[in-house]
Amino acid sequence: MVGSSSSWSTALVKISPYTFAAIGIAISIGVSVLGAAWGIYITGSSLIGAAVKAPRITSKNLISVIFCEAVAIYGVIVAIILQTKLESVPSSKIYDPESLRAGYAIFASGIIVGFANLVCGLCVGIIGSSCALSDAQNSSLFVKILVIEIFGSALGLFGVIVGIIMSAQATWPSKG
Amino acid sequence: MYGFEALTFNIHGGFLEAIVRGHRSGLLTAADYNNLSQCETLEDIKMHLSATESVKKMYGFEALTFNIHGGFLEAIVRGHRSGLLTAADYNNLSQCETLEDIKMHLSATEYGPYLQNEPSPLHTTTIVEKCTLKLVDEYKQMLCQATEPLSTFLEYITYGHMIDNVVLIVTGTLHERDVHELLEKCHPLGMFDSIATLAVAQNMRELYRLVLVDTPLAPYFSECITSEDLDDMNIEIMRNTLYKAYLEDFYRFCQKIGGATAEIMSDILAFEADRRAVNITINSIGTELTRDDRRKLYSNFGLLYPYGHEELAISEDIDQVRAVMEKYPPYQSIFSKLSYGESQILDKAFYEEEVKRLCLAFEQQFHYGVFFAYMRLREQEIRNLMWISECVAQNQKSRVHDSVVFIF
Repeated sequence: MVGSSSSWSTALVKISPYTFAAIGIAISIGVSVLGAAWGIYITGSSLIGAAVKAPRITSKNLISVIFCEAVAIYGVIVAIILQTKLESVPSSKIYDPESLRAGYAIFASGIIVGFANLVCGLCVGIIGSSCALSDAQNSSLFVKILVIEIFGSALGLFGVIVGIIMSAQATWPSKG
Repeated sequence: MYGFEALTFNIHGGFLEAIVRGHRSGLLTAADYNNLSQCETLEDIKMHLSATESVKKMYGFEALTFNIHGGFLEAIVRGHRSGLLTAADYNNLSQCETLEDIKMHLSATEYGPYLQNEPSPLHTTTIVEKCTLKLVDEYKQMLCQATEPLSTFLEYITYGHMIDNVVLIVTGTLHERDVHELLEKCHPLGMFDSIATLAVAQNMRELYRLVLVDTPLAPYFSECITSEDLDDMNIEIMRNTLYKAYLEDFYRFCQKIGGATAEIMSDILAFEADRRAVNITINSIGTELTRDDRRKLYSNFGLLYPYGHEELAISEDIDQVRAVMEKYPPYQSIFSKLSYGESQILDKAFYEEEVKRLCLAFEQQFHYGVFFAYMRLREQEIRNLMWISECVAQNQKSRVHDSVVFIF
């Protein structure tokens, strides 16, 4: 590339692929846990308040909290998978296209999983809060709203699947 | 040749044209100019102008952060709501023969612990007092756990009762009643520390200077301080002026909170403002209140503002009021239920409409309107219980359904 953009593209290309990979792993676990925690507090505060008048709802509605927690577990699993993909390459090959591709693949996988789990955790948390409040008023509503939550938690699963497929692309150049 | 701009204009100009049309929708309307022209100081103008921006904020994301501070209390208030008496309970109660039966039926509801220790010859005032005590306890529990802005919101709910208490004591003192007797009749939600000192004041200036300047009602007094001595007419005007200032303040506060709270509370408060306008009109027909004075008592928001207020101000009897109100579709249904000349059913019709709107507030989650709606629904329930108890105590059970508003 020529012109003034070449300095930026050169700068980007000269960042070590290990940086991108490490940031990807951090985002995968960090942002997933953010989503899970956000969802758990949204559900939990409503659940505690509603259980004051209707103590029977507590055990059933822990399912909502568990769905939120699952989102964090997805983040951990993908982070562990991603970190096994990190390999050393000799320093002459760090900026090879193959290396860059592997680094970017791990970065993208981390972002995919992290942000999909963030919104999934939020979604499940908000629905779980409504579920607790509705269950306290009328217990036949619980199962119906749970179905909505199940659809919501599928979002995190989509993110994990695509993230794992992306990370399968992360093949570093072989030594020698 | 022109007429074909539509084919190519948007290539370069479409985006900007849409932007400028969006800006045009933000131009101030006649209602805004009316608001601004009633401002007293430049600070008021600044406040009104900032309100026109904030109302147009996008909302829908309260769900993400509301539960940090408000989640627990919202769930608590929804739990309380599930304890409101239903139509079946009211039917049971209206078939009671004596007040003891009522006490027995109520002991199966949430009022049980409050009524069970009452000694045997029950009075209706005792029943009402204990039920109100339950409401006050719930309110205080919520208030002490609330953070800003919910705590300010909860306090706003009680200012209406404070105004009623102030007026009660001042009127009672005017009629030479004993202060302690009056204090017992005051609504517990509207009590404040120096309330007994109200009996000493002779005119409004003293009232303000001695007592009210330290209460939250102080800012509402700027419009009605005069040095005239207090008499019945002045006191009613004072009550309505204070209430008008309170409603407008509450409305601005809700708009400042924004989001779902602003939308839901605007609807409920607008109905309240309109209802008060109609009541003021009907009650002042045939009195010495001039049209200008009447206009000054109407709030500056609501469906009837500003054109309905113009017409109500010149109405001289109920049929003219009805003609004005029938132009507004939401109020058409209320007024069509009345046959000509009936104003007693009007109260009940307004209460029913209010209850309908309050119940709708619970349909949405993550806003403060549920707290206001719950307090008002409880007060309606206490009014229902009072009516039923009075009918039973006076053996007029046929009249029970005249004034009971079912909530569910």
